[in-house]
Amino acid sequence: MKIEVTVNGEHQSYDVEPRMLLVHFLREVVGLTGTHVGCETSLCGACSVMLNGDAVKSCTVLAVQADGAEITTIEGLAQNGELHPIQEGFWECHGLQCGFCTPGMIIAAHQLLERNPKPNEADIRRGIEGNLCRCTGYQHIVDAVQYASKKMTR
Amino acid sequence: MLRDMMANFELYQPTAIDHALNLMNRYGDDGWVLAGGQDSFDWFKDRAKKPRAVIDINGIDDLHGIRETADGIEIGALTTLTEIETSALIKEKYGVLADAARHVASPQIRNAGTIGGNVCQDTRCWYYRYGLDCYRAGGNTCYADTPEGIDREHCLFGADRCIAVSPSDTAPALVALDARMVVVNGDGEKEVQAEDFFIGPDVDIMRMTILQPGDLLKSIVIPNTWAGARFYFEKVAERNTWDFALVNIAAAMKVDNNAISDIRIACGGVACVPLRLTVVEEVVKGSPPNGASADLAASAATRGATPLNYNGFKIPLMESLVKRAIRES
Repeated sequence: MKIEVTVNGEHQSYDVEPRMLLVHFLREVVGLTGTHVGCETSLCGACSVMLNGDAVKSCTVLAVQADGAEITTIEGLAQNGELHPIQEGFWECHGLQCGFCTPGMIIAAHQLLERNPKPNEADIRRGIEGNLCRCTGYQHIVDAVQYASKKMTR
Repeated sequence: MLRDMMANFELYQPTAIDHALNLMNRYGDDGWVLAGGQDSFDWFKDRAKKPRAVIDINGIDDLHGIRETADGIEIGALTTLTEIETSALIKEKYGVLADAARHVASPQIRNAGTIGGNVCQDTRCWYYRYGLDCYRAGGNTCYADTPEGIDREHCLFGADRCIAVSPSDTAPALVALDARMVVVNGDGEKEVQAEDFFIGPDVDIMRMTILQPGDLLKSIVIPNTWAGARFYFEKVAERNTWDFALVNIAAAMKVDNNAISDIRIACGGVACVPLRLTVVEEVVKGSPPNGASADLAASAATRGATPLNYNGFKIPLMESLVKRAIRES
């Protein structure tokens, strides 16, 4: 099936099989491997992307369902070579160890800060509860989101 | 189990209810209606279900959104759980439903998952979900209800060969709110009380709801009856997120002169259907919403419960939730 999508601001069209999942489309067809495949059962959140403004797990959406949609992946956050404040927060506050969960965590944090620019710690923990970190570095991730919140609302 | 690559299917993306119904009629049991996908894709990836045709209804505008009506509200079946959780109208008038939606899964799943899908999702009994040929899958045995079976998440009430439970968090809230489900098929439209929409294994062991092939849940109507009443919702699960309730409870209560004048209360995770606790309702009506009433309600709630090998803990758990619902609505 023919689909047209805007990925990180770039309009593109592709021909894909109906059963192809959005995450596989992004990684294997578009070539953006920043979005990770973790559990593939919508549990871990590593595959989170923004689809028309909502963070969703891209392992649980068909690529063809994204026809006409705007998608933002982790690659779309930095602008002109400058890290997004959330990415900077993860850098400054050691928000990652192995880094596998990071793209999904950052997308979840991005959605959280869009909806609630000044979250408290409980809000942040609730905002990222759809994402698992196997290194269990949650405290640093919370710190990173707080860093970004401060920077973005200054 | 083969994971990851789903079996191929023909995909249809109708943009009108009539078109969807035609497709559903054409494919019957070989067709699968796809809404938010949060239940469907699990089945497809496990290859436990391999429909020939997938009918993606997301492009049907009439199925989206929350509308105020003369006597309440109407929620399109494709309204997402995030929309319900954040709707000012629902929070103001039917807080118990917003609260229930907020307790489903995780933020990303609530962004994609729909209210229709949440109430129509299949049971989470792991033997059944694993693709075993149990009663519910058309076989002639239950793998959970055996001496070795792990049945700690299974039912206290209504066992009939199958001991699976209703997994939905929003279903008990809809029963408490006296909601009606609007079902369409080729013959037209009908409304069914939420309480009658869900069915146990004694009625049909292979379905969780009255929906037959060809039936589509169009919307959910909530009457004004309980708008602005006192509400209570609580979910107890093993994890705080991405987990189904061991037991959940939803209550709507009206209090006059410190006496409960009317109440509806329903429990999930204890039966194959969201279980309305009519005995509790009768016991507490006319009494003050205090500790003594709560204690009476709790013992009435679990009367007749039949615990299995490993789920006896659900009895005191359910009693605690009923007590808190009566005391803290």
